[in-house]
Amino acid sequence: MPFWTLIGLRAGRATTRWPLGEGPDGQDGVLGMPRLHKERCVPHCGECADICPSGALGLGDPHDLTLDYARCIACQLCVEACPHGALETTRNWALGTRDRAALRSDAGPREDRARTAIERVFGRSLHVRHVDAGSCNGCESEIQALNNPFYNLHRLGVFFTPSPRFADLLLVTGPVTRAMRAPLEATYAALPEPRWVMAAGTCATGGYNGGGYACHNGLEEILPVDLWLPGCPPNPAAFLDALLVLLDRRPPRATAEGNRHADD
Amino acid sequence: MNAREVVHIEAGALLRLAQTVFSDGHSRTPCPRMQMAYAVQNGSVLEARYLLSLGTGRPFTEWRVPAEGPLPSLAHQLPMLSWYEREMADLFGMTFEQHPHPQPLVLHEGVQCIAPPMLAAAGGAPLNYAPAAAWTPMLDNPAIQHLPFGPIRADVVESAEFQFLYIGESILHYHPRLFWKHRGMEKRFEGCACVPAVVLAERVSGVGSVAHVLAYCQAVEDALVVEVPERASYLRLILAELERLYNHLHYFGHLCQTTTLKVGEAQGLLLEEQVKQIIGRYTGSRLPRNLLVPGGLRRDLDLAGLDSALRALALPIDSYLRHMDNTRSHLDRLITTGPLTRELAYDQGATGPIERASGIDRDARRDHPYAAYGALHLEVPVEEGGDAYARARVRARELKESLGLIHQALMRLKPGATRAPLPPVTADAEGLGWAESPRGTLLYAVSFRADGRLARVKIKSPSFSNWRVFPYTVHDSNMMDYAINEASFGLTVAGCDR
Repeated sequence: MPFWTLIGLRAGRATTRWPLGEGPDGQDGVLGMPRLHKERCVPHCGECADICPSGALGLGDPHDLTLDYARCIACQLCVEACPHGALETTRNWALGTRDRAALRSDAGPREDRARTAIERVFGRSLHVRHVDAGSCNGCESEIQALNNPFYNLHRLGVFFTPSPRFADLLLVTGPVTRAMRAPLEATYAALPEPRWVMAAGTCATGGYNGGGYACHNGLEEILPVDLWLPGCPPNPAAFLDALLVLLDRRPPRATAEGNRHADD
Repeated sequence: MNAREVVHIEAGALLRLAQTVFSDGHSRTPCPRMQMAYAVQNGSVLEARYLLSLGTGRPFTEWRVPAEGPLPSLAHQLPMLSWYEREMADLFGMTFEQHPHPQPLVLHEGVQCIAPPMLAAAGGAPLNYAPAAAWTPMLDNPAIQHLPFGPIRADVVESAEFQFLYIGESILHYHPRLFWKHRGMEKRFEGCACVPAVVLAERVSGVGSVAHVLAYCQAVEDALVVEVPERASYLRLILAELERLYNHLHYFGHLCQTTTLKVGEAQGLLLEEQVKQIIGRYTGSRLPRNLLVPGGLRRDLDLAGLDSALRALALPIDSYLRHMDNTRSHLDRLITTGPLTRELAYDQGATGPIERASGIDRDARRDHPYAAYGALHLEVPVEEGGDAYARARVRARELKESLGLIHQALMRLKPGATRAPLPPVTADAEGLGWAESPRGTLLYAVSFRADGRLARVKIKSPSFSNWRVFPYTVHDSNMMDYAINEASFGLTVAGCDR
């Protein structure tokens, strides 16, 4: 019989100190959402918008290409299609924000949204009820990873709870299938006030895989959303970052100047 | 279209043909084997299609039956077809006479729609879900308790509803009520150009992204008669096996959670994380996505160092598996739990590690080689026990096989092109693609319209097959073993629901 406790102790510490201290975030090489260099755009081109499968790139007026990260699945097809190098791959994946407009390239410089004293309400801890409203299971795979020893979400005071009665945050993935709407709304109704709602993954933030005969177009048309985290799927570090953004324990990186990234 | 031979038959001849071909089931290497059934709408005409495997190395056979009126149900002869027929009934409005279980499957009780949603006549109109009671077997004894569980359950899990009928600890009847997550994925492909549709295929089932997009690309390549460059076929194999690695490691982490082996759970999930980080480093995406395309790969990959990174994991994986195999409390919960006989596995259409754990020796990588599998040595692990332990054993042995396959592929990987150009689409082109995903055989059947866009994409995911089988291992078991048994199957919901 192996002594599992001893095996665990021998293995030593597996948990990163990121983001509170120095340590790896575990996302070496992982690509994020593309950066738009509008100055390189050629009017009437639109090749990126034509290939974009999620409607993140839009050509309203021929000189004005817009990129909406809430609808971007980071598939990189636009980067490959652009003949002018106006779209560039980045490592920008930590896009959790409480300000929907900060995810749009045409939003312009923004004030920090008024803080709602969430820290006063909850201290530094948070209890989360997750609801899968029609995801591909990619988001669940990465959310489940938050409790693996590398990220160890508990060290940050964030816990998943089975009962919505004990939850502060409703974390929703998927575009919201028509079948899941009623169970989702019942769960939301069961959360005590004050309560927050997180749209996680581009299906929930931007309605990717939404519409059609079976789905709504993302979480926004069903529930009031307080925290946006696009990504397909967002990686565990992006989830962790976004949860700390909600708690005002970390500044949002998708803010201030449209979707320019703080690390740029 | 080389992957399958088409046989046109009339509705009146279908039942007799099925009885003739499938007169002798339960053989050691069961061929013929029904793979899937699906419907296609050509103008106003509906057609039912039945895909069969007649043997190793042979093309698939497809029976095509015009459905001008009701078709005979084949579910008495081939019980695994029950769900396929119910799906066709729900989504295409087809009728199968004498069906043993004609309840709704994909569209729940209470759904209202102007026409079956996959039909052109429905025009994509949204479904309306009115509250309605779920079907359950008739209860005539107050001692029998009814537990409807879900669709939102404890922990971070996919949405699915389970119906339990039990007395005390003993489960009399169980059935999953799935398709809460039905997104109409097959409909989404219609009218798409075949290249950007890769992102859809990658997002049908997240933890099967590579298998799905690989089967999809191979179906398109079959339709357009495209030869994939050798380097791309090896890179595809490596990506598919990396996907199997992280999936199987997650499987063991989850299995240990259900047997309350806490350190084993942490160790499995940590190993999964390490594989995902390696995948992220080499491909830019942890699942991994955004690489495959009909014709090859969207970009070349530099895999220098991958072999040594995986070698460094081989030893911890090996000792992890060994430790689990020496832990009596863990084994006690697995051995004899949820037995699935070979007959049931064959009749109900089990696939992947589930059927291989019940003694059925089938693996699409070896039996119908694709990508670079034909050039490499692959030992297909088969176990005879049919219980939760056998299912875990198959996956444990597959982990080692996957590491070996990746090593072999890396040794043979030569520089070269990674993407072949696609010829223009010929009108009415059709193709079939498949992959042995971590959970079993995955099939894509695609057809094109005259304008070169996709007309119909049918997806048969392995979990659709294995969810059908799973309840037979729950009946007459007990509540305490349920979670362990379910974990031993390693099912996903997204792929099944689509």
